[in-house]
Amino acid sequence: MSPDAGTPTRLVRTNEDDDAFRSALIKLIPHMRAFARSLCGDATIADDLAQDAMVKAWGARASFQPGTNMKAWSFMILRNQFYSDKRRSWRETQLDQEAAERTLVAVDDPAAPLALDEMRMALAMLPAEQREALILVGAGGFAYDEVAAICGCAVGTAKSRVSRARRALHEILLSGAYERDGRPASDAMAAILSEAERLKHAL
Amino acid sequence: MIDHRPRTEHQQATAAFDEGHLRQQAIGVRLRQMFDAVVNEEVPDEFLEILRRADQRGSEPG
Repeated sequence: MSPDAGTPTRLVRTNEDDDAFRSALIKLIPHMRAFARSLCGDATIADDLAQDAMVKAWGARASFQPGTNMKAWSFMILRNQFYSDKRRSWRETQLDQEAAERTLVAVDDPAAPLALDEMRMALAMLPAEQREALILVGAGGFAYDEVAAICGCAVGTAKSRVSRARRALHEILLSGAYERDGRPASDAMAAILSEAERLKHAL
Repeated sequence: MIDHRPRTEHQQATAAFDEGHLRQQAIGVRLRQMFDAVVNEEVPDEFLEILRRADQRGSEPG
């Protein structure tokens, strides 16, 4: 509604705009890969997803508002891509618990500590919407309103998903409800408890 | 004779809350480690190659 003269919106993107956007996008790639891995687990599928999202983000660069959170913006694109791929390929079968575990358990780094592996398995047992909300807050460092924007839900919903996820994850780790190579896994909770001890002494 | 408890109910509740809080913090630490392990991986060259191709396509006329 503002008159053409004096409007701060530039209608023509300059090469400098694109260069700045490209540099920022390249810096976000490691984070997009991590978020993709947490959504679909399998490292190869996750990289395909992150690459698709990166190309989408590049193509949509004109719609990005400079000064807003580009990480949240790129994660929203990635998440939308993930769910639209999922709708396309898994239209008939809901992702079942077993499949979720199979993929989320995949670890790229064979030297990854056992406890992290078990954390992945415990995460795999959470409903997808709780898992993604917890990862965004707990690992991605997003605020609840940003999580709400990324996941397309209300801020209150984001908060309650995170808090339910936290409680459920604690329960799962405590009970050792998952198994590893046929034996109950308790190493993850032991690691959590020793980490809690360490934090206590660090206070 | 009375088993004197130095901690009041309130103190116990506070301690339990702190313990739960610490555990949640510890879970948070693990979550971040898991996420950061991927963030710190070297990005495959493919990514920049794909971005470069998308970039060229975008600047072609038409």
